[in-house]
Amino acid sequence: MNSIIEIKNVYKTYPNGIEALKDINLEIDKGEVVVVIGASGSGKSTLLRTINQLEIVDKGQIIVDGVDVTNPKTKLTTIRSEIGMVFQHFNLFPHLTVLDNVTLAQIIVKKRNKKEAEDIAMSLLTKVGIADKSDVYPTQLSGGQQQRVAIARALAMKPKIMLFDEATSALDPEMVGEVLDVMKSLAKEGMTMVVVTHEMGFAKEVSDRIVFMDYGKIVETGTPDTIFTSAKSERLRQFLSQIL
Amino acid sequence: MNNKKKQILWNIAYVLVVVGIGYFIYISSSKVNYIWRWKNVPSFIVYKAHEDIESPVKGIVEDYKNKTVYIKTLDGKIKTIKVEHPEVKKGDVVDTTDEIGYNESYKSGPLLVGLYMTLKISFLAIIAAIIIGLITGLMRISSNPLLKNLAITYIELIRGTPLLVQIFIFYFFIGTVFHLDRLVAGVGALAVFEGAYIAEIIRAGIQSIDKGQREAAISLGMNYYQLMRYIIMPQAIKRTLPATAGQFISLIKDSSLVSVISITDLTKAGREIITSTFSPFEIWFTVAAMYLILTYTLSLFTQYLERRMAKGE
Repeated sequence: MNSIIEIKNVYKTYPNGIEALKDINLEIDKGEVVVVIGASGSGKSTLLRTINQLEIVDKGQIIVDGVDVTNPKTKLTTIRSEIGMVFQHFNLFPHLTVLDNVTLAQIIVKKRNKKEAEDIAMSLLTKVGIADKSDVYPTQLSGGQQQRVAIARALAMKPKIMLFDEATSALDPEMVGEVLDVMKSLAKEGMTMVVVTHEMGFAKEVSDRIVFMDYGKIVETGTPDTIFTSAKSERLRQFLSQIL
Repeated sequence: MNNKKKQILWNIAYVLVVVGIGYFIYISSSKVNYIWRWKNVPSFIVYKAHEDIESPVKGIVEDYKNKTVYIKTLDGKIKTIKVEHPEVKKGDVVDTTDEIGYNESYKSGPLLVGLYMTLKISFLAIIAAIIIGLITGLMRISSNPLLKNLAITYIELIRGTPLLVQIFIFYFFIGTVFHLDRLVAGVGALAVFEGAYIAEIIRAGIQSIDKGQREAAISLGMNYYQLMRYIIMPQAIKRTLPATAGQFISLIKDSSLVSVISITDLTKAGREIITSTFSPFEIWFTVAAMYLILTYTLSLFTQYLERRMAKGE
């Protein structure tokens, strides 16, 4: 058993009656890069957000790194601090400088001292190529820069898993590349990643496995090769023809 | 350039209108049979107290220097008494309780004492109102029906009844049941009243923060307290600062109502002076100006805070 995420028979219906997830089963191995694709409204973001319980599931079980996150008795703060998440709209804290954005949770959640947190933050900001902006506020940065800060903020918690929720969808086209490059280098380092994206190039190049979702169900999974060259379901072939 | 000229013209018009209104008030007041006694007014703010000094002993005045009178008593001892304005000469014979001079000092007049009371009541009520407002505001957005409904009931009850009536209830009912001092009752009534408004301001401020902030914070492993303390509240407070400051200014003005339960605040001090001087016009204008100084200072301070906080973004 090498899987770090186990999703078993998960259902989720929103209060407005939309069935976002229907009987989802998925296992993700340590170090694996899984890309979830599908049309908007197919439930791929919801699925991603159930992994750190930003969305509470109605039925089923999700086990992350041996912890049942769907059990109401589980202390979610601990497991959440071990799952990094990157959002479509960055969600940086606008009242804090770039450096404080990256150090805050380290200090108050991981209880690291300020010096240690700042050292980790600076090395990560250097890694994402934005160390020279550590003193500015997020609103003074471009979208691509903000998203790289957001990745550094998530990585500072030393997470075991990284979740990317359409991390490049809100970016201007010329900035998509810089963010994807950071994600690629993370994948190369062996980080376990679950990525919801419309970037098929990234999916082809980086992912170990692609999961195709449609109307709240996982329709097909496979390696990039099989998905892109020999899709079995009609729905997936249709989706790929629209997007490629 | 043309636009600038227009601006100047309109500003001149503004000054003319204000002067015109002032003149109108002057003319109308001169038509009523009223004697203005503005020169008495400063003494209600600060006055020079005159204190007669009596000799505590029987004896002969030996000397006066450094604002001190030296009196030699019958048994040859020297008694020193501080007197700023002596009315005795060297060699005078004084008896016990004889007046040897007087001291003068500046004392706060009733209006200044009243202003101090208004400040004290407002300050205490603001602190309490912030605490009440913060707790109720958080209860108001809680998903727990008990907390939420309690908060809604409190807010609706308070906002739906007049402050004057609440002060009476606080003083005559709650005050009697719990043996509250009138000052405690006054501050309590004000705090409970303004707290309801601050709760609504805080609720609106918190709800105006993008939900992505909450998601980012909890995905980093922050708990509810950390989320509120480090992420939501700093942004919400910044955003609600103008509304909160407006509420504080309201509170200072509303504090004049506590005079009905015999707290000698600025308003009551004004009323008391009028009963003895029969100069209502001057006193009420002065009282109004003193309130204006308080509220305008607070308003300037908030503008300064806003400017300073705006630098972050």
